[in-house]
Amino acid sequence: MTEKKSTRQVNVTPKTSVSVLFAGDSGDGMQLTGTQFANTVAVYGTELNTFPNFPSEIRAPAGTIAGVSGFQLQFSSKPVYTPGARFDVMVAMNSAALKANLKDLHRGGIIIAGTEGFDEKNLKLAGYHEGANPLEDGSLDNYILFPVPVLQLTREALKESGLTNKEIDRCKNMFVLGLLYWLYSLPLEGTFDTLRAKFQKNAQMAEANIIAVKAGYYFGDETELFANLGRFDIAPQKQHGIYRRVTGNEACAIALTAASKKANLELFLGSYPITPATEILQTLAKKKKYGVKTFQAEDEIAGIVSSIGAAYGGALAATNTSGPGLALKTEALGLAVILELPLVVINVQRGGPSTGLPTKPEQSDLFMAMYGRHGEAPLPVVAASSPVDCFYATYEAARIAVEHMTPVICLTDGYLALSSEPWKVESPDNLADIKPRFQPERKPEDAPYLPYKRDDRQVRSWAIPGTKGLEHRIGGLEKQNETGNVSHDPENHELMTKLRAEKIARIADSIPLQSIDNGTLNGDLLVLGWGSSYGAIKTAVETALEQGYSVAHAHLRYINPFPKNLLEIFGNYKQILIPELNNGQLIHIIRDTFLIAPEGFSKVQGLPFNETEILNKITDLIKEL
Amino acid sequence: MSDNDTTMTAMPILSAKDFASNQEAKWCPGCGDHAVLQQLKNVLPELGVAPENIACISGIGCSSRLPYYLGTYGVHGIHGRALPMATGLKVARPELSVWVGTGDGDALSIGGNHFIHTLRRNPDLNIILFNNEIYGLTKGQYSPTSKIGLRTVTSPSGVIDQPFNTAALTIGSGGSFFARAFDRDGKFLRAMLKRAALHKGTSLVEIYQNCPIFNNSAFELFATPDNKANNTIYVEQGMPLVFGKDKNKGIILDGFKPIVVDLDKEGLSKSDLWIHDEADINKASILARFADDDSLPRPFGVFYAEDRITYEDALTDQIKDAQVNGCGSLEQLLKGDNSYEIK
Repeated sequence: MTEKKSTRQVNVTPKTSVSVLFAGDSGDGMQLTGTQFANTVAVYGTELNTFPNFPSEIRAPAGTIAGVSGFQLQFSSKPVYTPGARFDVMVAMNSAALKANLKDLHRGGIIIAGTEGFDEKNLKLAGYHEGANPLEDGSLDNYILFPVPVLQLTREALKESGLTNKEIDRCKNMFVLGLLYWLYSLPLEGTFDTLRAKFQKNAQMAEANIIAVKAGYYFGDETELFANLGRFDIAPQKQHGIYRRVTGNEACAIALTAASKKANLELFLGSYPITPATEILQTLAKKKKYGVKTFQAEDEIAGIVSSIGAAYGGALAATNTSGPGLALKTEALGLAVILELPLVVINVQRGGPSTGLPTKPEQSDLFMAMYGRHGEAPLPVVAASSPVDCFYATYEAARIAVEHMTPVICLTDGYLALSSEPWKVESPDNLADIKPRFQPERKPEDAPYLPYKRDDRQVRSWAIPGTKGLEHRIGGLEKQNETGNVSHDPENHELMTKLRAEKIARIADSIPLQSIDNGTLNGDLLVLGWGSSYGAIKTAVETALEQGYSVAHAHLRYINPFPKNLLEIFGNYKQILIPELNNGQLIHIIRDTFLIAPEGFSKVQGLPFNETEILNKITDLIKEL
Repeated sequence: MSDNDTTMTAMPILSAKDFASNQEAKWCPGCGDHAVLQQLKNVLPELGVAPENIACISGIGCSSRLPYYLGTYGVHGIHGRALPMATGLKVARPELSVWVGTGDGDALSIGGNHFIHTLRRNPDLNIILFNNEIYGLTKGQYSPTSKIGLRTVTSPSGVIDQPFNTAALTIGSGGSFFARAFDRDGKFLRAMLKRAALHKGTSLVEIYQNCPIFNNSAFELFATPDNKANNTIYVEQGMPLVFGKDKNKGIILDGFKPIVVDLDKEGLSKSDLWIHDEADINKASILARFADDDSLPRPFGVFYAEDRITYEDALTDQIKDAQVNGCGSLEQLLKGDNSYEIK
């Protein structure tokens, strides 16, 4: 703040980490508020992890629990891997937001309540008994409660703005944002720039929002309300460098584009919108500058099949979807397996079965990714562990697809897709080379082209239309070894089945060995994770190690094929714990593959793990050993 | 391509055999598919496109074996999905000549959704729809074009589903080209395939194709010389709608209603008749509905041809616009537009 100095001294307390939840009605603009707060702390230089949590309806009935939209984030002076098991501060714009989230607020945590959202009507909609008001009845005595008339203060601040009442009321989220900036000693200028850019064509609206942010900030400064609490400061600790903040879905889109550049291929994405995977299509649709071609197909099947057509034509082809869409794509996946064409399938998992929980994360598509095709149709499966890791996992999926001529499924989930974290801008030199093996032109006097002749990795070559002398026909019918001609010969079918499986198995030669992410190289317990539970496991294992437990964390990037040293690693621990957001799928595969008996830990609530749950499981298990 | 384009290398003169594969066609003897294959192989050398720049994509069914018998690139895909695969290929590689072989079941039943959406998008594909009004490869079940009352293994009491009118469906879906041909009329079929190839946009050629095993004589009404003369009408751009053995019958339009007239009896001249105009979507729509009225002859020829931008050209234009200040680099991509520096 440059225009106005604090009128009085307020105590500023340094803190290491804070987890904040912005919660309100879906119409209250909490996603925007949270995103803007996250941008500010990221640029300020703290570590950061965010998680938006909103209903699948665009506008559920206003004021109800079903309509509550939340944005949680943790920012810290040390690395953070989750948005926090519980939050320290909750902004509740209405009584439904408070009711829905109170259980996850730390005892003694701060509540900033927008009092207008606690009027009789809102209390009734949130299901409070008649006459009960949590802001007044003492039920929040275990927390530090700050009732703030957000709407009234915003209206006062904007009474001369020239906006309509409705427009003024919509600025109330910016008031709250300003108040939080004050509370955490954060700069405002970045937000002003963003608002001016966002309302480029409406300067009046931009200025009104800026005034609302300032009003919130000054309110913190001037009111006596926070006199005892004071302000906080989370010291920036990030290493020097250039950063950007990405969500998992954005990271997937960037990775596909980067892989196409690195491989010198054109990127084609055939896709159909589906929550929570759509942002990958949306992000890539804006990457035309990089030559990216996106095709919004009429359905999920056309999405994948158009990509197979593009792959036949020599493009880096991809499709993105979520569970119900992957189910629709399974027949085409089998075609891609038998055609042996490169294809990247990003599956952003959500709660299932059927429509299930469209906006909520789950890890329950692992079986479908591994086995969800008719016939013997193995394909590689990789999984991303964090929003930023969505980049590396997707990039690796593209590398495997192109270099091994196979469809690859990359699993992320709704949590990774929408969460974000700062990413130190990657250098192109650090990205692995991707080398397509195009079959060169053939002269008439050369031997006939054999589409299914394989190299020592069992990989066939990529012969694309336009190449002279390689005209050939391939299809979904079983093909004769090497020639690719249709064949119903019994022995040939068995041979081809085994060759296709062998090709996938040999990918293990081109992937890194499994490493231990954290902890002892041998000892009591290995926590084996995959996917988005990385942050919660990482944090839990760190804490367990601090408490003196003999524990380690390994996180799988490659699920098919597994890294070659996995069994060897398992042998170094007395017990293995596999936490999963499903009813136990990786554990099945591990048991089946290695004939060992790990301990499972399932959570199927449409919510990510939190570190406390995993820490408790770790300590309980080790005590039993 | 302009005449003074020096990059163009002279194409050797090719013949039908240059477009044949080494595989023997495995359709039943007497199947209309053989005739279609032959005419396609006759047309391809006339296009000035080398075999390596042609791809034939198909779905599942008897007709979808087509790619195996052409010496071009080809993919025999999965049931109903030939069109999205061909679209993906064409969008990725606009310079290729992309053909689709499909049937009434493949295109109109399991692939019906792709059919309508492909037509409205208008990628430059040449679709050969082999319509035999029956499921052949699965042995004789009725199809979405089977006539009401047809007794088949799955309709022992007769078909009760209203069949699709392929022409009306094509035009209603926003298709930019529709032509109908007949497997027994090779010369005309060849002309229609060539028109389809030359049309820039999605060309749909419906071919009445006889299945001698499961639906023999489905098109007998248009087959024998006498039947053909009285029950078919061959439409030609700018020409009056005339038919009959002695070319003495014609069609006039009474408002939106087509009426058969006898030129000899009614004292009309050919200039009084409906003059065919491929660019007129309203007339094409009426022509499409002839198939639903037994009193009218069945039209063959190009019903409708509209010059409209193709999907891949529109997309290419957008990409060119986005790259007007240069193509994005990998460095730019990784840095993004909202990066910030921590000092």
